[in-house]
Amino acid sequence: MIVEERAYFDHAATTSMVPAAREAWLRQSALLGNPSSLHASGRRRRQVVEESRESIAALLGTRPSAVVFTAGGTEADNLAIKGLFWGARRVRGASRIAVSTIEHHAVLDPVLWLEREQQAKVEWLDVDAVGRIDEDRLAWVLNGSDDLALCSVMWANNEIGTVQPVDRIASLCRDAGVPFHTDGVQVLGHVPIDLDRLGATAVTFSSHKIGGPFGAGALILDPQALVDPVLHGGGQEREVRSGTLDAPAIAGFAAAVEHAVGGQRERAEALVALRESLIRGLVSAVPGVIINGDRGTGHEDRLPGNVHASFPGCEGDLLLMLLDAAGIDCSTGSACTAGIPEPSHVLLALGRDETAARSSLRFSMSEATTQQEVDRLLAAVPLAVDRASRAGAVGIRVD
Amino acid sequence: MKVIAAMSGGVDSSVVAARLVDAGHEVIGVHLALAKAPSVSGRTRGCCTLDDARDARRVADVLGIPFYVWDLSERFRDDVVADFVEEYRRGRTPNPCVRCNERIKFAAVLDRALALDFDAVATGHYAQVISGTQGPELHRGIDPDKDQSYVLGVLTRDQLERTVLPLGADRKEDIRREADARGLLVARKPDSHDICFIPDGDTAAFVREHVGTAPGDIVDAETGEVLGTHEGAHAFTIGQRRGLGLTVPTPSGAPRYVVDVNINTSTVRVGRPELLDVDSIEGVHLTWTGEPLSQRPCALHVQVRAHSAPVVASARVEADRLLVDLEQPIRGLAAGQTIVLYDGSRVVGSATVDSARRMVPA
Repeated sequence: MIVEERAYFDHAATTSMVPAAREAWLRQSALLGNPSSLHASGRRRRQVVEESRESIAALLGTRPSAVVFTAGGTEADNLAIKGLFWGARRVRGASRIAVSTIEHHAVLDPVLWLEREQQAKVEWLDVDAVGRIDEDRLAWVLNGSDDLALCSVMWANNEIGTVQPVDRIASLCRDAGVPFHTDGVQVLGHVPIDLDRLGATAVTFSSHKIGGPFGAGALILDPQALVDPVLHGGGQEREVRSGTLDAPAIAGFAAAVEHAVGGQRERAEALVALRESLIRGLVSAVPGVIINGDRGTGHEDRLPGNVHASFPGCEGDLLLMLLDAAGIDCSTGSACTAGIPEPSHVLLALGRDETAARSSLRFSMSEATTQQEVDRLLAAVPLAVDRASRAGAVGIRVD
Repeated sequence: MKVIAAMSGGVDSSVVAARLVDAGHEVIGVHLALAKAPSVSGRTRGCCTLDDARDARRVADVLGIPFYVWDLSERFRDDVVADFVEEYRRGRTPNPCVRCNERIKFAAVLDRALALDFDAVATGHYAQVISGTQGPELHRGIDPDKDQSYVLGVLTRDQLERTVLPLGADRKEDIRREADARGLLVARKPDSHDICFIPDGDTAAFVREHVGTAPGDIVDAETGEVLGTHEGAHAFTIGQRRGLGLTVPTPSGAPRYVVDVNINTSTVRVGRPELLDVDSIEGVHLTWTGEPLSQRPCALHVQVRAHSAPVVASARVEADRLLVDLEQPIRGLAAGQTIVLYDGSRVVGSATVDSARRMVPA
């Protein structure tokens, strides 16, 4: 039977709600008022939204006017990519986008859509074997950047955990006069963040990935940036984003950001210890296992809670199923089409072939993860690998 | 027992999963993704659309069982679709559902299930596995309108050992009623009839697209007169009446049928339906669900299509070929078709038609 007591290794998909966030969210959900209304109830609501905005801005090192609330990370990414592209095209006729090959689909798919439907030209920024972009190539692309609408490189990869040198990338873009967007969904609470020092044009964050409620996110957007809206309507957020603001979710989001930023360093250190313990355990338990991404043992180069491994000869989706039955929640880390794990475009971008790309699992941890959970995972992996490799072997055609 | 329930998202396999759960088995639902790019057009025909995967997942959630999608699209493409195209290229008329059962559902899926430490695979086919003195036997389902033992005729005894068919003793209308009573939202979903990888049902267009065109003549089988032309002989099937595009009527006004397809000369011969009658069949690619036949002629029934009437016959095996003499001729049998042998309701085995002819003159 499926083991009911779970060991959860999918915190990068979503994580448990922080108590303070839940309290803030519940408190606000009991109240009445639209933040855009002009009466007292509306003003009280607006007060909550603006205090949340100011709190988030202060914690991330930016100005409140830079915070554009959205309904989540995907919307924020869409706004950044399409909005910056449309703005740059409208005002200065720009037609190119520079983007890394390992972006999340929330960035990748808007870029591909602009390429397919709106004649955008894409400059793909390749990555090396651990998933870090080639800065020389970026510099070359930025040189002669007159018609570059924007450059987008994610802060840290959601699958393999590799952290990009965003400070240097932002600086290269700034020097070239090209708007720079980075998807920071995975880094909040895990790496130090100082947005003023970073100097990016736009940065995406999501609430539920850090223990806030679902349905909230933010694009931290330079107030000087030229961005055309994706959602048209009441113009609630600086005329760049329309839609009634979700005050309870925003209040919960702000509480979650406070929690995430507050204990970042201690949390990262504890997570790195767990991560290294899991990696050591996997390497000794499974001969031939490949740890993907940056193998630095600190938290600056790789997300502290991320372990991504390939198990040669096994299909990731079968491993997932077997571990699921053993009480382990984990992920293949890549997108699904109708539940079919696609071979990860990230692994393919690292130079792996399709079979290798399909043989991978992501284990993502949070402050809630315990050494006992890691031990349970390590105890379950060898049998799962054994069975999945036998199932893989029968897939080899003999006729 | 640990069972993989193959869940298509249709009413039958949904009830199968529900019954297995009720019976106390450890059940995992698996949807087989057979097409690489599932149709997003919202079709509910066929068996591999996104909607169907979603329906299957929803049923699994309602039943409280784990559910996964297994991507078998490459195996399906290589073993079923490519075989289908190749058979048409050779002027034959294959049955892809039979191939899929033989090579995917009860082979790739079953092998994988066993390797993963499961005991069996269950499907919603209307046929029965009954334990006999020699081992498990495959029998017709009791609902004559739905009986699917024909498409399972290629299974071997080893496969039957690990096959669970919970619906063989049921009627379709009862299964719909049961799905409804169980609150499964798929209860009223229409049945799928088409070839799943040809959701629009236009097999001729699919064949043209994959085999190409090779224009040729349509000639009268008896006079040799050229009656018209065609874009490719592959797209024609023995017994076909529609879509010939002939403008010259027969003297009697009676319809003409395709009676012969010659790929080498790209000639399609048409004529009276009587020309389609055959009473002697040679089959290859023999499979045995029970004891294999020998050289000694054996009286049994032969079924040549999923829902055609069984015909009394005498069959024997010589040099790996099945030789069948029919008591009465049947009309229209193409090379590539699957024939299934029955002893009463029990499936004996199957073969693929290599050739068929009329031995006893009319």
